[in-house]
Amino acid sequence: MALAEKKLGDKVNKALGVNPQDAKLTKTYLSLAFIVLLIGGTLGLLQGLNRAGLFTLPSWFDYYQTLTAHGILMILVFTTLFMIGYFYASISHVLGGLIPITRKLGWIAFGSAVFGTVLVAITIIAGNASVMFTFYPPMQASPWFYIGLVFLVVGIWLAAIGVFLNAWDWKKKHKGEHLPLLSYFAVGAFLLLFSASILVAIEVLTLIPWAFGWTETVNVMVSRTLFWGFGHTLVNVWYFTAVSAWYVAVPKLIGGKGFSDSLTRLVVILLVILNIPGGFHHQIVDPAITEGWKFAHVFMSLSIAFPSLMTAFAMFAVFERVGRKNGGKGLLGWFKKLPWSDVRFLAPFIAMAAFIPGGAGGIAQTNHHLNQVVHNSLWVTGHFHFTLGLTVALTFFGIVYWLVPHLSGRVLTPKMNKLGVIQTILWTTGMIFMAGAMHWVGLLGSPRRTSYSTYGDNATALGWEPYLFFLAIGGTLLMIAVILMVYIVFHLMFKAPKGLTEFPVAETDGTKNTPKWTKNWGLVVALLIIILAMGYAMPLTEMIFNGPPGSPPIRTW
Amino acid sequence: MKFHRAEEIFLVIGVAILVLSMVITGYQGFAKQMGPPSGMETLDPEKVDEHELFSEPGVYEVGENKYQVVMTLQAFQFTPSNIEIPVGAEVEFIMTSKDVIHGFQVAGTNLNAMVMPGYIQKIKQTFDESGEYLVLCNEYCGIGHQIMSTTITVK
Repeated sequence: MALAEKKLGDKVNKALGVNPQDAKLTKTYLSLAFIVLLIGGTLGLLQGLNRAGLFTLPSWFDYYQTLTAHGILMILVFTTLFMIGYFYASISHVLGGLIPITRKLGWIAFGSAVFGTVLVAITIIAGNASVMFTFYPPMQASPWFYIGLVFLVVGIWLAAIGVFLNAWDWKKKHKGEHLPLLSYFAVGAFLLLFSASILVAIEVLTLIPWAFGWTETVNVMVSRTLFWGFGHTLVNVWYFTAVSAWYVAVPKLIGGKGFSDSLTRLVVILLVILNIPGGFHHQIVDPAITEGWKFAHVFMSLSIAFPSLMTAFAMFAVFERVGRKNGGKGLLGWFKKLPWSDVRFLAPFIAMAAFIPGGAGGIAQTNHHLNQVVHNSLWVTGHFHFTLGLTVALTFFGIVYWLVPHLSGRVLTPKMNKLGVIQTILWTTGMIFMAGAMHWVGLLGSPRRTSYSTYGDNATALGWEPYLFFLAIGGTLLMIAVILMVYIVFHLMFKAPKGLTEFPVAETDGTKNTPKWTKNWGLVVALLIIILAMGYAMPLTEMIFNGPPGSPPIRTW
Repeated sequence: MKFHRAEEIFLVIGVAILVLSMVITGYQGFAKQMGPPSGMETLDPEKVDEHELFSEPGVYEVGENKYQVVMTLQAFQFTPSNIEIPVGAEVEFIMTSKDVIHGFQVAGTNLNAMVMPGYIQKIKQTFDESGEYLVLCNEYCGIGHQIMSTTITVK
């Protein structure tokens, strides 16, 4: 009897694609990701209250330590853990289970990332790394901070290699076939992340000997440029991860079909090759880069908007078809016929909608003298809380509602769905308050990354206070939403009623019209390298060979 | 690979808007001289005090209602500070950092530039309205970053 049950269980698992070993790996990644979200979110709230002048952080854990930890935990650790967990589950599902070496790499990557994060956290808590997640030299953190970052990056590389090996193995067994779309996204996203993190690895490897005192000086501009080649790409990788769920899972969840296999693959390729030089728009008001190059980079940055325009069209095309199928009439009647009360749709929909103002703000900042108006103001912080906090994080939350019960063999009950809807509304309202206030006060000149200050009761600075109060209200709502989300994740993992939840993969028009060259990753890598070289070779050469003498390490906190 | 007709129209309009924004940016940047600060001159960041310009930071009148402000930034101060200039003055700020990366921002204007050790950064502004302007550092530079500020009084 027991044996028969086990056999049945195996069959069901096979049909639904849950391999218990793979499920365990992803559940581990997601558990830690949401614990990190809870810690990072708490730090975020403390910052918001401090910034509004409502709360003073203690000297043993001051505003800048809080900010450094919040930045690293949210933008690097939460997102990396979620991405690996989600894509490993995706590969396991669409490629018929992880191959043993990939599963092993997944665990080693987890260990490396956790070890790195702990090292980084210790140096921040000890007060030896109040350098923000951008760690611009010549401000120098403890060498162990940089070593911690190396372990995080190694974790990313190992996870990426696992994905590549698994996809390669599948290709060998399925000669001539196209990689399933979701795994195509996984390969693309990890390829982009892998390539960009080479830049930051080079930077960090020059900073380590400098921080230990083995080398005397460091080239400040080269470090900064390498950082942004990575830093900007990183946030686009998280967006890339979110987009994969929009194309593959969301259409299925609402009873529709995927838009077009070939155009989706084109979006993946464009996201991979166009992204890295976009980092330059973080340096529009820097010295050491000529105006001509900055303008060339306006073009390179804006080109990233193209695949997003394709995505916007594809998503609304899918929604319109579903709405009409559900009986929606007229020009916009279909809009009302979408499953608004289903959190698995509502959360990613709001995430997409948020990318309209988020993306538009990004385009504005990319144009160089518009950038000069808002550079390093709270506007920028508002911008990436819209794009990352709403677009990316809310999509990740939306994924949780089906991915976690799928892995834990449970179901999303109507009650949990309702709680999810409340969570989504709270999170969205909180972000609109907080990021909205940040955008507005940033336009007035209030700087980012600055602890509470009236600049000696300066009238201009005092005029910013009401906006900062809205920022604190938004932060408080967000904290409640974080707690709800963490509860939902662990409830779905351990407490929800047992049952079967499907991993939603939408049908598309198939691969019969998909060009063969989309299978050629060598071509994609070659294009990536060409565009990278076009963007970076000349400016970096200028900075290295015509740069000033380097800077010695300085500690200013 | 086939684009839907409506998608083609949508993408063409989208790309046209992007191109238009670039054309405007290029025109304003290059024809109207509104481009971002991009100082290319270098100096030794450890010998700022010995540099011909920065050995004597200050406000210099260089023409009829034209001024140069030669300024050094360091944790956590601007030198010179509490600057006074007449209404309508065209002011060129010539800056460098003596230690870490700082930001130079004047609230209520478009003055916004990164000031790096080793580079001479330049940015211009005409002050047509009288009043007190808040100058602040907008790049995190250490424990006292939030007090790094001064004023420009235009009268």
